[in-house]
Amino acid sequence: MAEVLRVEHLHAWYGESHILHGVDLTVNKGEVVTLLGRNGSGRTTTLKSIMGLVGRRSGSIVVNGQETVAWPTHRVAHLGIGYCPEERAIFSSLSVEENLMLPPRIGEGGMSVEEIYEMFPNLRERRKTAQGTKLSGGEQQMLAMARILRTGAHLLLLDEITEGLAPVIVQALGRVIVKLKERGFTIVLVEQNFRFAAPLADRFYVMEHGKIAESFTASELESKTQLLHEYLGV
Amino acid sequence: MTEIFGKPLPVILGQTLIGLINGSFYALLSLGLAVIFGLLNIINFTHGAQYMMGAFAAYFLLNKLGVNYWWALLVAPLAVGVTGMVIERLMLSRLYKLDHLYGLLLTFGLALIIQGVFRQEFGSTGLPYSIPESLSGGQNLGFMFLPNYRAWVIAASLFTCLATWFVIERTKLGAYLRAATENPAMVQAFGVNVPRMITLTYGFGVALAALAGVMAAPIYQVNPLMGADTIIVVFAVVVIGGMGSIMGAVVTGFGLGIIEGLTKVFYPEASNTVIFVIMAIVLMIRPQGLFGSR
Repeated sequence: MAEVLRVEHLHAWYGESHILHGVDLTVNKGEVVTLLGRNGSGRTTTLKSIMGLVGRRSGSIVVNGQETVAWPTHRVAHLGIGYCPEERAIFSSLSVEENLMLPPRIGEGGMSVEEIYEMFPNLRERRKTAQGTKLSGGEQQMLAMARILRTGAHLLLLDEITEGLAPVIVQALGRVIVKLKERGFTIVLVEQNFRFAAPLADRFYVMEHGKIAESFTASELESKTQLLHEYLGV
Repeated sequence: MTEIFGKPLPVILGQTLIGLINGSFYALLSLGLAVIFGLLNIINFTHGAQYMMGAFAAYFLLNKLGVNYWWALLVAPLAVGVTGMVIERLMLSRLYKLDHLYGLLLTFGLALIIQGVFRQEFGSTGLPYSIPESLSGGQNLGFMFLPNYRAWVIAASLFTCLATWFVIERTKLGAYLRAATENPAMVQAFGVNVPRMITLTYGFGVALAALAGVMAAPIYQVNPLMGADTIIVVFAVVVIGGMGSIMGAVVTGFGLGIIEGLTKVFYPEASNTVIFVIMAIVLMIRPQGLFGSR
């Protein structure tokens, strides 16, 4: 299987604090890979480091065969990465439609606006809303995902997309992930909600103290339940 | 003769006109400051010096190269804008992670250096720049005489301000700018070259100052300190309007110009201080400014 992302010996720092201590992981084309772990284990920082949004990094981040660890963020994005941050980052000075249309095209084969509205009907209804941040939490989450599907990104980095959302919306997001996988998107999920991630992911990494502590495939999930209890306290 | 509150109407209209002209410059200058502050988070104290550089550029273009006023309107802002972009790349770009204060100190220091160099070279008496042929003369409106050039300055400034507002609030380019003002890291994560956008934005804000300088050259003399005097008032305008608000800068610029003009009619003693009195009141009641959100 073609490798889309390979991270090796990744270290990252925020100012003086050393957050990642040598992360190693790979993601293959068309896979859904989930990073599990407690708060503060370094999952969000791993995604940010891949995007070049962390001040200081060392090690290796190879995207589609290109070493990007020293690249500025906008160059990394053009390798076809769509990033959905934990805080969603919907722009309050832009309307819903402007938010959706904001990210520029970075690759071939993005979804059409019509397809996106079919996937997220709420956004079609609320597209004229003048301030993106006037949407509900669930709608903002959908918008944050929807806007990176138009651009031709094929590798999606989704950080805690279910956080703080009602169960019915979490279920809807689960169906979206399944559809995106069917369309051939490669997805890295950072998830706290293990029940959400369990049926969706092909492979799992468990992070602890800024490192990968464990990795296993979906078929091994059953036998790892006890271990996950220890790591995640679920 | 018609009188309002005991003052003759022509006097009132005349001062309103002068107020509108001053307001044109306040609006153009505070607009540039607002655009720069929005994206760079830097209070550009060099703005007055860059306004002065625009006027000098027009003067040199005419006297050394024979380039007329109309071309100067285009060339001077471009040239001064480029010097701004160099300043941004070499100096300002190193300060974004620091407190606002450092940007303010750097740009203030630059303003003093630039003004000092120009004063050393050209003295402080001021150089004349004549009104272009096609805009000399004026219209008799019946109640007052309106010089053509002044009418042009008001119209051109209003047009520039509204065009800038339109681009920022209603176009895709403006959406990038607004988004990057809120969250530059996220916009960059979408693949937009934000550092380049910041350089161009600073260049644009500086070009607006230079454009105001070219338009000011025939009205006020071309003088190394012309910006130092104006910019103090413009900062008061920006404080009243609210930092970073585009429409706020425009409306407040024109509005305060008119208020200043009318104060000259009704209570001349306060005409130089009225803007600062308003600033103090606004700061007490609404510290973020009339149109500001932060």
